[in-house]
Amino acid sequence: MNITINGKQVEAREGQTVLQAALAAGIYIPHLCYHEKVGVAGKCRACVVEIEGMRGLQTSCSVIVKEDMNVTTNSPTVLNAQRLVVDLMLSSGTHDCLACEQNGNCELQDAAYYLGIERPSVQYGEINREFDISSEFIYVERNKCISCGRCVAACNNVVVNEVLDFGHRGHHTEIVFDADKKMGESTCVQCGECVQICPVGAIVEKKNKGRSRYWETQKVRTTCPYCGVGCQLELHVKDDQIVKVTGVEDAEPNKGRLCVKGRFGYDFIYSKDRLTTPLVKEKGQFREASWDEALGLIASKFKAIIEKDGPDAVAGVSCARSINEDSYSMQKLFRSVFKTNNIDHCART
Amino acid sequence: MTNSFSEFRNAKCFLCIGTNMTEAHPVAATFLKNAVRNGATLIVVDPRKQPLVKHAKLHAQIKVGTDVAFLNGLMYVLIKEDLYDKEFVEKNCLDFEALKETVMKYPPERAADICKIKPELIVEIAKTLASVKPAMLCYTLGITEHTCGKNNVMSTANLQMLLGNMGMESAGVNPLRGQNNVQGACDMGALPNVYPGYQKVIDPAAKEKFEKAWGVTGMSDKNGIMMPDMMDGLVSKKIKGFWIFGENLANSEPDISHVEHCLESAEFLVVQDIFPNETTKFADVILPSAAWSEDNGTFTSSERRINRVRSVKNPPGIAKPNWWIFKELAKHMGHNWPSNSGQELWDNEISVLAPAYSGVKYSRIENDGLQWPCPTVEHPGTKFLHKDGKFSHGKGVFKSVEWTPPAEVEDKDFPFVLSTGRRLYQYHTRTQTGRAGMDALYKEETADISVADAERLGIKHGEKVYVESRRGKVHVSARVTEEVPAGMVWMTFHYREGNANWLTNPAFDPETKTAEYKACAVNVYK
Repeated sequence: MNITINGKQVEAREGQTVLQAALAAGIYIPHLCYHEKVGVAGKCRACVVEIEGMRGLQTSCSVIVKEDMNVTTNSPTVLNAQRLVVDLMLSSGTHDCLACEQNGNCELQDAAYYLGIERPSVQYGEINREFDISSEFIYVERNKCISCGRCVAACNNVVVNEVLDFGHRGHHTEIVFDADKKMGESTCVQCGECVQICPVGAIVEKKNKGRSRYWETQKVRTTCPYCGVGCQLELHVKDDQIVKVTGVEDAEPNKGRLCVKGRFGYDFIYSKDRLTTPLVKEKGQFREASWDEALGLIASKFKAIIEKDGPDAVAGVSCARSINEDSYSMQKLFRSVFKTNNIDHCART
Repeated sequence: MTNSFSEFRNAKCFLCIGTNMTEAHPVAATFLKNAVRNGATLIVVDPRKQPLVKHAKLHAQIKVGTDVAFLNGLMYVLIKEDLYDKEFVEKNCLDFEALKETVMKYPPERAADICKIKPELIVEIAKTLASVKPAMLCYTLGITEHTCGKNNVMSTANLQMLLGNMGMESAGVNPLRGQNNVQGACDMGALPNVYPGYQKVIDPAAKEKFEKAWGVTGMSDKNGIMMPDMMDGLVSKKIKGFWIFGENLANSEPDISHVEHCLESAEFLVVQDIFPNETTKFADVILPSAAWSEDNGTFTSSERRINRVRSVKNPPGIAKPNWWIFKELAKHMGHNWPSNSGQELWDNEISVLAPAYSGVKYSRIENDGLQWPCPTVEHPGTKFLHKDGKFSHGKGVFKSVEWTPPAEVEDKDFPFVLSTGRRLYQYHTRTQTGRAGMDALYKEETADISVADAERLGIKHGEKVYVESRRGKVHVSARVTEEVPAGMVWMTFHYREGNANWLTNPAFDPETKTAEYKACAVNVYK
């Protein structure tokens, strides 16, 4: 169907909200509680717009499009209302961007930029809440929380871990883990769905703290090296360092979701324990060797064994972690060069 | 998996048997929980009250190693009460009568007696399964790691065929693979009986095809041997040269003392890996490999999806990509292989030689991967197998099987059953997770025991206990938990110290050669 946004005709799909139709058409409307994954919350009111024939301002995240609907997102009334909402959010916490992990990738910052808000017009709210650093991989700074509820919805309805909730009342309302435990002492399994969906810098991962800014990293899509689900990861790479991993939204099969190992278990490749050179055992001790020497030794030993005892006197076990192309090459070596089918792998463990 | 993860969403029922999905495949479990929230019925069959049970409508807490009896019991009820999908069975399946004859020996009372559950529960689960469609059956190593592993798998397939839960969306038999590329290693022919794409080595036409493609003659026309036989061959000197690529066998295989004896006996051992580990110390030559993120290639996931893996850095020192190492070794033996990258290997060799992957090229899997079979470059890939009950090999054949107990059962001296698995925060022998900060979340191996046994034996939570089998003994902290039933000890193989594999029984399924990690007899004492 067709609707009009800011005088421009825009294609919309049946059942879409005004916000979804606008975003799909490349028209930005600030929105902080709505996220595709957790659906409509109708809480933050940053997405208010004018719709012809409807009284007052409407939250675009909750109004379903109708044929020929006429929407205005950029009138002074709309922008002033949006500005007030975002201004009050900025006033309610320590939204100082300088050393914030989310700088450059913050939806509150984007909204403030769009609305031209330099500073909140009222004083910061009370800032006496402690940081929760008790979790191994995740850092919670409630001063930056805007109570949008995305993390609570994601924890309960997306990954169904049922740990996060809102606790306390009124001005003291805040996100809590289980019955108001520290994150690290709660039943949280550190899947990091809350980290990924937080629009601001209230729930961030520790491993990247102070290591890279969002715009400095190159994003590389890959597949997780742990279980057999095949989750799609986005590696955030600075120089040759992976500094952060996020799930690829809209990717099969994981739709952005990850587990603790997929999200935080990437840095084993940088361990100083890595093997860096071929090693040959001599009188019970390993010594460094060149590739030529090591491979030459293996070739001559295998050749001698095959000549003396036949090809079936050698055997190999391939790797169920490594890429297909490696297993293919190993079985090709055993079958076409050594002439044995004694090739297997750890399929059964 | 016959079906896909995206199909979890529309399944009306799940039968999860021997799968601790929440810990071993956490992201898959989130989609399952979403479906349950939306009204799907979850039935869990597991000796432990593992985390999925919280979301289940029914939990059959069967005794370890009684899966066939349980599944035959279900099928007894379905046939006896005429609740199975007759149309599907008549149209698409063979050997129903033989199945019927076998399962008729498992009325609920007998099955329940073997499984140590109530017969009414078997009837209720059978009736629940008969009342909804489609239902997905999911399993993991709880089904396969038994001396009757193959029979367990057959039974799950029998059940789903009998229910007509095959060849459609949100149904099927779905084994979730434990390692990232265990599916791919099978697909690539790292198995003693098949070339890439499951083409049999004993088929002369297949052998000729691969000889021609690889420019050689005289390849072997008989099946090779599987890993447990390779290990024993090191001792008997049948195997003299052994090459281990990326597996820490000294920790991951059953009965560590035996495994180490085998590795010590090797005349010449090559180990290719990214870290020194318990296995590399037995090597004559150690070769340093590129790790994940240091090479370009593909992994194939449980749902048969071929996904890209990308490089972001060079390997450390002079470590090399694994395919390069194999290629160079071939060169040292007079063979010049053409391909010089993951992409060349896939696009020019693998996809050309294996019809099931012929349509998969790197240019097509830049974003989401493709699911095999994918025979042509126009083919969209295959979301679920055996569409409309048309099985790949003609009709679906029922393979009726009898229940057999584990090779080693509890007795006076070893009165507990030890079962093993994985925990959320660790992975395998910790070569990766142990170097990525996960130890902080799971610091040491524990012996998980029931509250009842802990009280009876006067063992406190966290107290050190001995767990002993006929093969070895470990000294670990007791984790007293409601998850484990009385008479059971549950452990993992993540840590060297207290590794369950000092205790496990190297008894194997006669055909698949999968070890019985899930059941052996132990004693627990202070």
